[in-house]
Amino acid sequence: MSKNNIRLMQGNEACASGALAAGVSFFGGYPITPSTEIAELLARELPKNGGHFIQMEDEIASIAAVIGASVAGAKSMTATSGPGFSLMQENLGYAYMTEVPCVVVNVQRGGPSTGLPTKVSQSDTMQAKWGTHGDYFPIVLSASSVQECFDMSVRAFNLSEKYHSPVILLLDEVLGHMREKIRIPEKDEVQLIERCKPTVPPEWFQPFELTPTHISPMAGYGNGYRFHYTGLTHDPFGFPTGKPSEIREKLDKLMLKITQNVDDICTHKEEFLEDSHIVVIAYGITARVAQQAVRIARHRRFKVGLFQPETIWPFPEKALKRALEHADLAIVAELNQGQLIHEVSRIARSKVKVQGVFRYDGEIMTPTEIVNKIREAN
Amino acid sequence: MAVPSTIIYQYLRSKKKFPHVWCPGCGIGITMGALLRALADLEVDKNDVAMVAGIGCTGRMSVYCDFHTLHTTHGRALAFATGVKLAKPNMRVIAVSGDGDALAIGGNHFIHAARRNIDITLILVNNKTYGMTGGQYSPTTPSGKFGSTAPYGNVEYPFDVFELAKGAGANYFARGTVYHATLLQVLMKKALEKKGFSVVEVISNCHTLYGRLNREGSAVKMIEWMNENAVNVKVASKKTPEELEGKFLIGEMLNIDRPEYCERYEQLIERLGGKSKAQNEARSPQHEAVEQ
Ligand SMILES: Cc1ncc(C[n+]2csc(CCOP(=O)(O)OP(=O)(O)O)c2C)c(N)n1
Ligand code: SF4
Repeated sequence: MSKNNIRLMQGNEACASGALAAGVSFFGGYPITPSTEIAELLARELPKNGGHFIQMEDEIASIAAVIGASVAGAKSMTATSGPGFSLMQENLGYAYMTEVPCVVVNVQRGGPSTGLPTKVSQSDTMQAKWGTHGDYFPIVLSASSVQECFDMSVRAFNLSEKYHSPVILLLDEVLGHMREKIRIPEKDEVQLIERCKPTVPPEWFQPFELTPTHISPMAGYGNGYRFHYTGLTHDPFGFPTGKPSEIREKLDKLMLKITQNVDDICTHKEEFLEDSHIVVIAYGITARVAQQAVRIARHRRFKVGLFQPETIWPFPEKALKRALEHADLAIVAELNQGQLIHEVSRIARSKVKVQGVFRYDGEIMTPTEIVNKIREAN
Repeated sequence: MAVPSTIIYQYLRSKKKFPHVWCPGCGIGITMGALLRALADLEVDKNDVAMVAGIGCTGRMSVYCDFHTLHTTHGRALAFATGVKLAKPNMRVIAVSGDGDALAIGGNHFIHAARRNIDITLILVNNKTYGMTGGQYSPTTPSGKFGSTAPYGNVEYPFDVFELAKGAGANYFARGTVYHATLLQVLMKKALEKKGFSVVEVISNCHTLYGRLNREGSAVKMIEWMNENAVNVKVASKKTPEELEGKFLIGEMLNIDRPEYCERYEQLIERLGGKSKAQNEARSPQHEAVEQ
């Protein structure tokens, strides 16, 4: 490992650097704390390599431009925070419906509304899953370190290019602004996935062709393939349909391309689970705190382990079930009034008791808060 | 006028997507015809065109035209089109919107596309109402006129789309009507040729809703009204204010050459030593071999 690859970086910088390593060529955004550094860095870097940065008139326009650029063929992204993420929801639905790859980074701050612009929160966990109307299956990643900001930024692009879907990358105010040592991988270490392209002649091309993988090749613009995209529910040719069978097929396609691939999409980290009766479940910045808490509690001989979902939607359900096999208590720690805990409760059923440690005063959780919960339980 | 069918058929999904959804007599069809003839006049390769449409009766145009067609969300056509244009700077990007789409929900995108002076041509079908949702009043409904949500007459003022486009920084603005179809074709052709943001406002008839609510009669009657009340800008200056009372202007009303956004961005890329996308991509890749 070369020493030159080691940097001291902010989470937002690492996220933008990861996007560049993934080959982003279009960024459309609107300034909002605490995400703005991502836009600033890309405004500086993108034109240098022929890419395009544009500051749009609002977040609705930002995500619209991102989708337009991606449909035309560019690897595209935007970055925002709660209020902007709310504004993006309708067009995000358009991207789910039309199966357009793009990356949306949400550096979370406190809400609702303008909330706490400069303070930490994890309260968009559910919005990332359910933010737009209709049935859809989002891919949402949650980073817990500056290194992960870089790595997950690359992974977000790869997943979006592979599954032809928006991917949401959740950061938070602390992580976005925190500086840590990270290792930037060499160019040839970064594995990139590109959207699959059609091989059939244009007259045979169906932009939403039904395939065994439920993923249809994307032609892009200017390659001789002319096709129609619409947010209306459509047939495999991309044209609006009202036929019940075709409506069902389309919605199944959107679902199955994700649900059939959860093993590929879902990743998680775990520590000390072998003998643990108590499993602390934490994600994002809180996973760092929870790791510390678990280590302290272990030191005091509590049989406790850590489960950190890196993909929060779809949730790594199988892995959590395994983690909870010998447990009698799951403690979910998050910076909100209790969001991911509902998913954990659903998976734990009634077999394992589920309790939460919630903090939502704009401050980061401390290990002591989690350790206290572990002690109470014993 | 040229023989209609043979010229525009090349640009239509004629075998697949007709009959269309529009009411018989709706001006949107005439608008689409004029646009396709203008493209034919310019001998545009359909592989070079991206048509980005909003939601409404007007937006449905995108289903029938055989280009790269992107039917987006309500009001956002210009924002999506901006992304398309930046990813494919050599492509001809045409946005189509109704008056509600472009000026109410999409008003912000309209002024900012004009301010950037990005090379997109907007075909704005102004039928003074929200057609698709059933005749509600729109930002271009004149004061006093009726809409399904203005049952006592509209108490708001309408936009002057020309002043809006000009004030916001567009390079080109023209207004036509669906009565003056040949002029419309000429104006669209000039708009398409213009570098920068260009707008063609098309005064159109929604006889089914607006016409009925305002007792303006059939499609034919509404279109005749356009003939009787439109005054070409070229002759307007010779008329007295009394003669212009109650009339509206048509023709080319703005034609300037402010440097265009994509070109300015390309210059920035070059200044920084990057490779510009536009120069890497030749216009109109030939695909005859695979065309039917
Ligand atoms: C966000 C959103 N709000 C409202 C609608 C409902 N809607 C569909 S078309 C339309 C207005 C259409 O009027 P206009 O843009 O003037 O086009 P026209 O139908 O007259 O061509 C509205 C309000 C929608 N599709 N999306
Ligand atoms: S409702 Fe009005 S605008 Fe829509 S197709 Fe009918 S006449 Fe045209």
